[in-house]
Amino acid sequence: MKALRRYLKSFLFFELLLGLRLTGRYLLSRKFTVQYPDEKTPMSPRFRGLHALRRYPNGEERCIACKLCEAVCPALAITIDSEERADGTRRTTRYDIDLFKCIFCGFCEEACPVDSIVETHIFEYHFENRGEQIMTKDKLLAIGDRFEKEIAEARAVDAPYR
Amino acid sequence: MFDWMMNFYSGLPTVIQILIGIQLIVIPLMLAVAYTTFAERKVIGYAHVRVGPNRVGPRGWLQPIADALKLLTKEVILPTNANRFLFLSAPVLTIAPALAAWAVIPFFEGGALADVNAGLLYLLALTSLGVYGIIIAGWASNSKYALLGSLRSAAQLVSYEIAMGFALVGVLMAAGTLNVGGIVEAQSGSMYHWFLLPLLPLFFVYFISGIAETNRAPFDVAEGESEIVAGFHVEYSGMAFAVFFLAEYANMILISALVAILFLGGWLSPFQGILPQAAFDLPVIGALLGHGIHWFLFKTAVFLFAFLWFRATFPRYRYDQIMRLGWKVLIPVTILWLFVEGVLVAFNVGPWFA
Repeated sequence: MKALRRYLKSFLFFELLLGLRLTGRYLLSRKFTVQYPDEKTPMSPRFRGLHALRRYPNGEERCIACKLCEAVCPALAITIDSEERADGTRRTTRYDIDLFKCIFCGFCEEACPVDSIVETHIFEYHFENRGEQIMTKDKLLAIGDRFEKEIAEARAVDAPYR
Repeated sequence: MFDWMMNFYSGLPTVIQILIGIQLIVIPLMLAVAYTTFAERKVIGYAHVRVGPNRVGPRGWLQPIADALKLLTKEVILPTNANRFLFLSAPVLTIAPALAAWAVIPFFEGGALADVNAGLLYLLALTSLGVYGIIIAGWASNSKYALLGSLRSAAQLVSYEIAMGFALVGVLMAAGTLNVGGIVEAQSGSMYHWFLLPLLPLFFVYFISGIAETNRAPFDVAEGESEIVAGFHVEYSGMAFAVFFLAEYANMILISALVAILFLGGWLSPFQGILPQAAFDLPVIGALLGHGIHWFLFKTAVFLFAFLWFRATFPRYRYDQIMRLGWKVLIPVTILWLFVEGVLVAFNVGPWFA
């Protein structure tokens, strides 16, 4: 009897129809696709994208060349040289991040005592030539100047959880 | 305007008339093939809950044009030690039968390019010829994957040919003619006169072996991208590859059209004999409800969609299972049903065999 039922089932395409029903249902359902350049998924304030160096509101750069980020960086992507300025403060002369080495772990941002090095929400960037992947101090400061508002907002939103 | 064109047409020499007829079939067919590839990607995409190609042109409608241009501009690579002549003639041998078979397809009443009396035999012969292209392609490529793919496909096609032929025997027993137009005529009356009902098992056998015949999922072991990369056309590139592609899709459309003609009454309207005559006399709606090419195209499109839907749903058959299905299931079913049908014919069971 059981064998007969199984025979009948396979002859009437029972399981095949079940499969067709399943794909048919998905065929008509709402699509999950996010049409990327036109639509974007929401982004967390903790998003770790391209790096930036920030400044104080008076225009002085925050970085004091403590080299904690260089020390904590697991990928050894950060290179820092420093000197003493005429006013006695210590500042960087060179602050390079090699983006080919960087793994975007965010440890540099956590290590920074003055919130100077940060990771922004920028993730749409590309390099066209060899060497462009080295983010120099000038480039990092430029990014910081340009996106200071967003950077500060993201830090403010995340502050209660830090 | 129309009369003038018809007069002009009938005044032309026969050769020119035939050439015009060929253009009228092949050009829309090639467009249909191009848009079937697009429909396939869309349907499979939708079944995956994606949207499918939608970047080229409005809603992606120019995608097949872009694909064709890409393939046209690509280089046709000849593998070293491949047999040049056979390698290049294989795609031609594949597409020629796929296109030639359309000569006897009646698109509407009297709308076949060649009204051959043995049309069904012609179709059977041409659909089996396609396997030569595949075998030659596999052999001439000088590649083990291509050879494996072509051998698989050859064995599969030969096995399913038998079930397919038997299903056609059932149709011609019911219709009493080998003329394809005559088969459609034999189904006129109403929706219940179609051969779908009396020949239901043969309909399924025919459609299943049609899918196997065109090497489509779930019977696409000839391509089996996970096992033998792409089967018989691994070594093909550029336009030579595109021709194989065209042939596969032209065959798909052909099988869908044949199922529509043989079992669902081709151009016949499903409303015939159900709605009162007054409905068919209405100005525009009447023409739509009545017989015509639109019903043929609609029925073909339904089966074409089924091809794509199956591809999106079913996993590939194992090779021994394919052989088992062909020899141990489909052939006995057809033989059994031919016997049942013979009894029905002998006792004039209506309305089909009256």
